[in-house]
Amino acid sequence: MSSNRFASYRLWALVVKEFIQMWRDRVTFGMMVGIPLMQLMLFGFAINSDPRHLPTAIRNADMGPFARTLVAALQNSDYFQVTTVTATEEETQRLLQLGKVQFVINIPVDFSRRLLRGLSPNVLVETDATDPSAVGPAVSTLRALAGKVLDHDLKGPLAALRDSVAPVNFQVHAHYNPENNTQYNIVPGLMGVVLTMTMVVITSLVITRERERGTMENLLATPVRPVEVMLGKIVPYIVVGYIQLTLILLAARYIFDVPLAGSLSLLYGVAFLFIAANLAMGITFSTLARNQLQAVQMAFFFFLPSILLSGFMFPFRGMPEWAQWLGTCLPLTHFLRMVRGILLKGNGLVEIAPELWPLLLFFVVALAIGIKRYRQTLD
Amino acid sequence: MNARELVIDVSGVVKRFGNKTVVNGIDLKVERGEIYGFLGPNGSGKTTFIRMLCGLLTPDAGSGTCLGFDVLRQQAEIRRQVGYMTQRFSYYEDLTIAENLDFIARVYAVPDRREAVARSLERLGLQNRRRQLAGELSGGWKQRLALAACLIHSPRLLLLDEPTAGVDPKARRDFWEEIHDLAAEGLTVLITTHYMDEAERCHRLGYLAYGELLTRGTVSEVVASAGLTTWSVSGPDLHHLARRLRGREGVEQVVAFGNTLHVSGRNATLLEAAIAAERDARHEWARVRSGLEDVFISLMSGSRDNFT
Ligand SMILES: Nc1ncnc2c1ncn2[C@@H]1O[C@H](COP(=O)(O)OP(=O)(O)OP(=O)(O)O)[C@@H](O)[C@H]1O
Ligand SMILES: [Mg+2]
Repeated sequence: MSSNRFASYRLWALVVKEFIQMWRDRVTFGMMVGIPLMQLMLFGFAINSDPRHLPTAIRNADMGPFARTLVAALQNSDYFQVTTVTATEEETQRLLQLGKVQFVINIPVDFSRRLLRGLSPNVLVETDATDPSAVGPAVSTLRALAGKVLDHDLKGPLAALRDSVAPVNFQVHAHYNPENNTQYNIVPGLMGVVLTMTMVVITSLVITRERERGTMENLLATPVRPVEVMLGKIVPYIVVGYIQLTLILLAARYIFDVPLAGSLSLLYGVAFLFIAANLAMGITFSTLARNQLQAVQMAFFFFLPSILLSGFMFPFRGMPEWAQWLGTCLPLTHFLRMVRGILLKGNGLVEIAPELWPLLLFFVVALAIGIKRYRQTLD
Repeated sequence: MNARELVIDVSGVVKRFGNKTVVNGIDLKVERGEIYGFLGPNGSGKTTFIRMLCGLLTPDAGSGTCLGFDVLRQQAEIRRQVGYMTQRFSYYEDLTIAENLDFIARVYAVPDRREAVARSLERLGLQNRRRQLAGELSGGWKQRLALAACLIHSPRLLLLDEPTAGVDPKARRDFWEEIHDLAAEGLTVLITTHYMDEAERCHRLGYLAYGELLTRGTVSEVVASAGLTTWSVSGPDLHHLARRLRGREGVEQVVAFGNTLHVSGRNATLLEAAIAAERDARHEWARVRSGLEDVFISLMSGSRDNFT
């Protein structure tokens, strides 16, 4: 029907209206600005845990029996799970950068030789320290391991080596966050958490509110189309999302001294998809909820797993498999990886690409459900 | 009647909620420029019917046109030319009066928006309240705002759902004058009300009960079709008189109007016999014309319960 096409003047009318309402509702408006700051303070301290079976790449240049024992001992410690054995440094760096492995253990070519000479060979352990709480316990294990790992192999004439200070010397080299500063991990993560919280909660409310206050009846009686109503709600909150993003970035930079290694425009770009995914989720909730209370409950039902299973609260790899699987379905999980990648590792578009398409998929699915469920009548 | 344009022309309209039939096969024809009054007890389906006319609810059965557009398929066109005033205030309480009007004017793409908003504020005497939040207005002022808002895009059909509930008598009179002026210019109005004086100001009436249009026509037609005989009585101790009368055969209703009672029944002979038995020197009896109110109360007590 030609007369029933999308009209930008109607969308604009709705956007203007929404902005006025947002501005009038000072409490909510204040919260949208205040929440990021409050959360920053709340989560400013570390939350520790003890993740195991962390993916580890081994670059073993020494094929001798001592090196094999060492690798086996690492596996047995439960903290390390060797997922890749590779020969090149290029490969290990790539794995670290993509976040495929948490550790790279480099066993040098002269490992056995130096060991037999009693020269404590160096083993370089590179870690991805963007999430310090994930690597901490594993690194402590390494230090404990160093003293006794080869006890069994060092017998007979070699027994004397056991008594040297430490037959193996682990050198830990933390990448990306050398001071193991938890704030580096938390603060970029907060960006995603705050956006999830406000975007989903507020949008799930704004449409339900129209229904609850009875204004929906009026809106439906006008020529306004469903897609205009939805976009009219989405557009103002994208602006709000970007304000929050900017606030957190400023705080990250100037209060918490988080290094901003990557491209900010890339970050702002991917944030668009993330914000849109969350808004679509909120809109979908608002089409399902009968009243504002239900809408808030639904939003929290979504928010809690997001915060718990995305790798924000606990290291992703420390979670049981089912939880990781659930976490993978949440937009926040992917956004966190991208933000940490961009801000701390300086990742570019190529490195974050694997996290982009799940976001896009989520957005499309959520919006499709929302549009399908949107009641164009009062039936 | 054929010569005139039918603005609303629907037939067999049915609406069910679950297994409850709320509107049960309504036929309605309303001509251009007519003020059609919709009456009926609470829960009789008035609001539901109006919502179906402007596409807010989908009828389960029935067909017809509204402003020449198909009620089932061309809801978008209908919405563009209808002004719908909801029973419950449904403008934005957190916007000012002017902002509400401005929003509606934008949505309908009203030409010369600012001027249209200013004009409508002036016509309703709201200019010096334009910056007041709609939520802070008293009930009557909210109604006026709602009326202004649903007129701003110069609709061809007005659907007013109890527009004067809670409005003071002076404002109601102004409102009705405005409605009559608009109707004279060719605007068609379908209006629901519970006030009898307002019902009498409509060109035609429809009385809805239990989802069915029981009676329709002009005021005098409706009164005549009820076939009601009414006597009025004044004097002392009407309260006890009323109680005695209610027990008598032929007396269908006894309604107090200030210092008089209206005693009505459909069987004039039985009624007169009953009255003769109660006549005494202290009371003054007179046969009066049945009013719309007598008729509607009689209709209401005759119809089944609308809440079940
Ligand atoms: N969305 C709905 N779902 C279920 N039942 C409904 C719905 N809307 C209305 N009803 C029922 O339909 C019946 C008619 O309601 P409606 O609002 O049309 O009555 P009305 O004539 O406008 O009454 P009033 O004079 O009180 O405004 C009522 O019994 C009401 O409970
Ligand atoms: Mg009603």
